[in-house]
Amino acid sequence: MMKMQNVGCFAIRKKLTRRQEYILLFLSFALPLLLWCLVSYVPFLYHPLIRVTDAGDSFLCAPGDLIERSAFEEENRELASGGGKVMRGERANPAYLPAPHQVARSLVTAFLTPPRRDGEAWFHESIGHSIRIVFLGFLISSLFGVPLGILCGTFPFFERLIEPFIEFFRYFPAPVFATLCVAILGINDAPKIAIIFIGTFFQQLPMVANTTRSADGALIEAAQTLGASRRRILMKVIIPSVLPRLYKDMRILLGWAWTYLIVAEVVGTSSGISWFINQQAKYRDFSNVYAAIIIICCIGLFCDMFLAWFGRQIFPWESKHKGIFYRAAEEIFGPRDQVFSIVLSKEERRKRDEQHSA
Amino acid sequence: MNSTLPDYKQMMSPEVRDRLARLVRRPVIMETLNLFKEFPTSSGKKQIVLKDISFQVHQREFLSIIGPSGCGKSTLIRILAGLETATSGEILLDGKPVVAPGAERGMVFQKYTLFPWLTVCRNVMFGLESIGKDRDTAENIALQWLDIIGLARYADYYPGQLSGGMQQRVAIARALAPQPRVLLMDEPFGALDAQTRTQMQNYLLEVWRNIDITIIFVTHDLDEAVYLSDRILALKANPGEINELIEVPLPRPRRSRMLLEPEFLATREHIDKLIRPPVKREDECEFKVVNMVGDKTFL
Repeated sequence: MMKMQNVGCFAIRKKLTRRQEYILLFLSFALPLLLWCLVSYVPFLYHPLIRVTDAGDSFLCAPGDLIERSAFEEENRELASGGGKVMRGERANPAYLPAPHQVARSLVTAFLTPPRRDGEAWFHESIGHSIRIVFLGFLISSLFGVPLGILCGTFPFFERLIEPFIEFFRYFPAPVFATLCVAILGINDAPKIAIIFIGTFFQQLPMVANTTRSADGALIEAAQTLGASRRRILMKVIIPSVLPRLYKDMRILLGWAWTYLIVAEVVGTSSGISWFINQQAKYRDFSNVYAAIIIICCIGLFCDMFLAWFGRQIFPWESKHKGIFYRAAEEIFGPRDQVFSIVLSKEERRKRDEQHSA
Repeated sequence: MNSTLPDYKQMMSPEVRDRLARLVRRPVIMETLNLFKEFPTSSGKKQIVLKDISFQVHQREFLSIIGPSGCGKSTLIRILAGLETATSGEILLDGKPVVAPGAERGMVFQKYTLFPWLTVCRNVMFGLESIGKDRDTAENIALQWLDIIGLARYADYYPGQLSGGMQQRVAIARALAPQPRVLLMDEPFGALDAQTRTQMQNYLLEVWRNIDITIIFVTHDLDEAVYLSDRILALKANPGEINELIEVPLPRPRRSRMLLEPEFLATREHIDKLIRPPVKREDECEFKVVNMVGDKTFL
């Protein structure tokens, strides 16, 4: 008899326990952070440079300078042979590798530090500007891309008319239009929005069209045999049936819009979060650079998490539970005794529902 | 093996004969005239799927279409529904030609085709709203239908929360709610397990008995066809043409015990011979079974 092998956590496609999932979630962030801490705080692990603490008699270095270890030793050898006072220093990491605590501090101070020059944007203003550009570009793209995509996915006429050109145009990288956009639209926000539009729209249209084409033909036929008009089939069958998938597409596309942001922001007058990053890199204040990058990641992540949660609420048939909007509608429009039952416990609500359906 | 069974036609009781005679005198609801359907094949030739199909369905008749796989029975019912067009020939509903799908021919599919984003009640309302009923009227009629099929409690459920059999019941209610002239059913119980299928058959007969509806029912299940139908249209494969129109010698209402009566068995046997494809010499495969169980006494 073969003995069942106990493979523990490494079973193929077997669901982990809740506890294991949380531990792994924690580790997936903790491990990279630990690596970063080791490199930053444990001396001799990396620390390839020397930060000068006491310049001694050296003319070349001043306290606070970061220099190569070999250069430091050579300089000291020369100073010693000349009878001067040698430099002293401690091992340090390069400026582009700040320690976690410095970045953590910058996450707060970046918001509080006024811009170095008058007229420049505060950090939160930069972020606000970036978000505005992304959402405007994405919104304008969706205003055209979604209806046209649905049209192409529904009627072969529009598919043949529109999609070949879009498929061709899609392979132009959006940044090549940068100069053109500036020439046509000037140097302010308009070309930036245009870049995001170009980057998103030409991906969006084929994506929406494909998703629309994936609408279940059997449902469309069922609607036809129920006497639904073409308009009704489009509005009440095709669109609702692909809406959850379209929503997922939009989430992916919003992610792409963010990547085009970095291109868009260096077009014309530099602005937004990438301007902030460039500026801080010029000041060699890399902890601020990392802080800005982390904040972009967080905005992206929270935005996506919110949209995922929101999607579960507005498409209750996709998961088993009723969405909060459905429940809210039940509360508001339901029978009198249902009003305010949001304060009831789950158990009480279940009982009430049973009574109601009986 | 059942060669002892007499011809099914001679087993028909006078009452059943009389009933079928009256049935054929009823007005014709739907008829097809010399229907042909060809599909182009990859080699450029045309494959004839349906050849010269002509038949009539009378008011409140239960007609089944049966045939070997590939005989085009699904294509035929899809043409009747208007979902596909015939290469030539005509379909008449109440004497008027059919060209496109419409609410006067309800259809139930083998796949579950309830709209998953609509609740059960809204699904039944869909067809009613399509034919121009306002929302309140549609809701009232839909709720009545849910009552008839015994699923009123599930009005606010989504289809995904119901079992397969329940979903098909809702699908039947949805097709019947706009009061079609004909109900077309394309292997509607094919995806259900055997037990649920039997329930659904009895249940369908019960609904059919109580309302004025003509049913055209496609199936590949012989028992199902004989048990449910007044008449059975048996098709041949390659090309699909009408083999025989069989009048079922069973009285109504049908009961499960009839599945064991000689009339049933004789009819079944007759159709089985009709639609079972003749075995060609090269199709016969020879089995070579090797005894791999060491213990011979076991055999």
